[in-house]
Amino acid sequence: MTGRHPKVENWATDFDHTDPEWVENPFPIWDELREQCPVAHSNRYGGVWLPTRHQEVAEVAYDTERFTSRSIIVTEGRPMAPAPVGVAPPISSDPPFHHDARRILLPAFSPKAVEALREFTTTLCEGLLDKLEGSSVVDISTDYAQYIPVAVIAKMLGFPDEDQDLFRQFVHNTLEAVDQTQDERIANFGTLIAYIGDQLADHRANPRDDLTSFLLNAELDGEPLSEEHIMGTIGLTLIAGIDTTWSAIGAALWHLAKTPDDLHAMATDPEIWPTAVEELLRAYAPVTMARLVKQDCEFAGEQMKEDEWVLLPFPSANRDPEAFENPDHVDLWRRENRHLTFGLGIHRCLGSNLARMEFTVALQSFIKRYPNFSLDDPASVRWSGGQVRGPRACMVKINAN
Amino acid sequence: MRIQVDAERCQGHNRCFGISPELFDVDDEGFATVVGDGEVPPGLEDKAEMAILNCPEFAISKIEKAAS
Repeated sequence: MTGRHPKVENWATDFDHTDPEWVENPFPIWDELREQCPVAHSNRYGGVWLPTRHQEVAEVAYDTERFTSRSIIVTEGRPMAPAPVGVAPPISSDPPFHHDARRILLPAFSPKAVEALREFTTTLCEGLLDKLEGSSVVDISTDYAQYIPVAVIAKMLGFPDEDQDLFRQFVHNTLEAVDQTQDERIANFGTLIAYIGDQLADHRANPRDDLTSFLLNAELDGEPLSEEHIMGTIGLTLIAGIDTTWSAIGAALWHLAKTPDDLHAMATDPEIWPTAVEELLRAYAPVTMARLVKQDCEFAGEQMKEDEWVLLPFPSANRDPEAFENPDHVDLWRRENRHLTFGLGIHRCLGSNLARMEFTVALQSFIKRYPNFSLDDPASVRWSGGQVRGPRACMVKINAN
Repeated sequence: MRIQVDAERCQGHNRCFGISPELFDVDDEGFATVVGDGEVPPGLEDKAEMAILNCPEFAISKIEKAAS
């Protein structure tokens, strides 16, 4: 992100998650804040708080009384959609509405439902790898990782394959372009809503076996879901399922490209995979969530004001030495690993089983084809800004020996 | 060794089911239960330990035997 905001000088009192220093490497910032003040504050974005320790991140995630989910992306403005539904149910919903809105979706993302997509995902990854044949240096982020979740989500929703570039634009506008003005964001949101509207019309005319048709037929309290609810949920699936998984796959490949011992272990020892997958998810968790303060309250000794944001940096909680032994060391055999990569509490990432399957298949396929890849030029690596962190450029040599 | 899942705490992360489908089952919504009465068959003790150590919600625990 190129900041439209002044450079941060003091992270405890004026932090900004779009600042180039944070985008490049947020871990030293979080380490400093964890020591200095458990909850930092900034007047940017109309007021935003930042807990960095596992304990306070967990407390906020569990506390649906003091904190609302009606918007979960920190921007200059405040969302128009009121609680408890919010703009993209169920991620933007609060109890009691949240429970039922989430239940509708859970079966579509259960381990068994996700298993049915494994073969599709494997074929997809193989096809992407075929296209890399003949190259000696590739961008693992833009030549490989980014295509995987986009294709899987398009298949789940039953949206046209050829619209995948459009999805990536929607995702970028929502998650990365967070320093746009409210007018720009509303205009972009309108484009997304119009697109989903066209897809709903097509599914109404031609129902089929996919998540979109499922939502059109779903009921809540004996009534069909409202148009806004369906649009919000599809928007959520489209936005939340793409940048996140792309980032996790890219970050894990980046780690392996610069850590030959770890790559060798994963290429040669199938037994390491179960713990290795979770450790890579822990160390490079992509997602920082957010809440809004419901009304003036005290939290962790701080006076929080209504409508201030609270960022929930799960990646920082995952590096808290109070919760994880030697947290900055990537230990692919780590036994105790209660990572918060998919959040905690009632908003646990709905797509976590899907993300984990895509992540595992993407790594397995890549390592099987290229067991010796290595980072080409560390200076070429560029990270996304905002609340989803992953490499957006990362050149690796794929035929290294 | 016997284990249990606290249904109030479980949020359906499915980490336990991933570690040991022999010891855990998940319903259509992804919430976990122990298989049978939670008694861990010989040879699966380590998997039971791993499930306990990897639940983000601290929902899995051993049932301590009452002192005889």
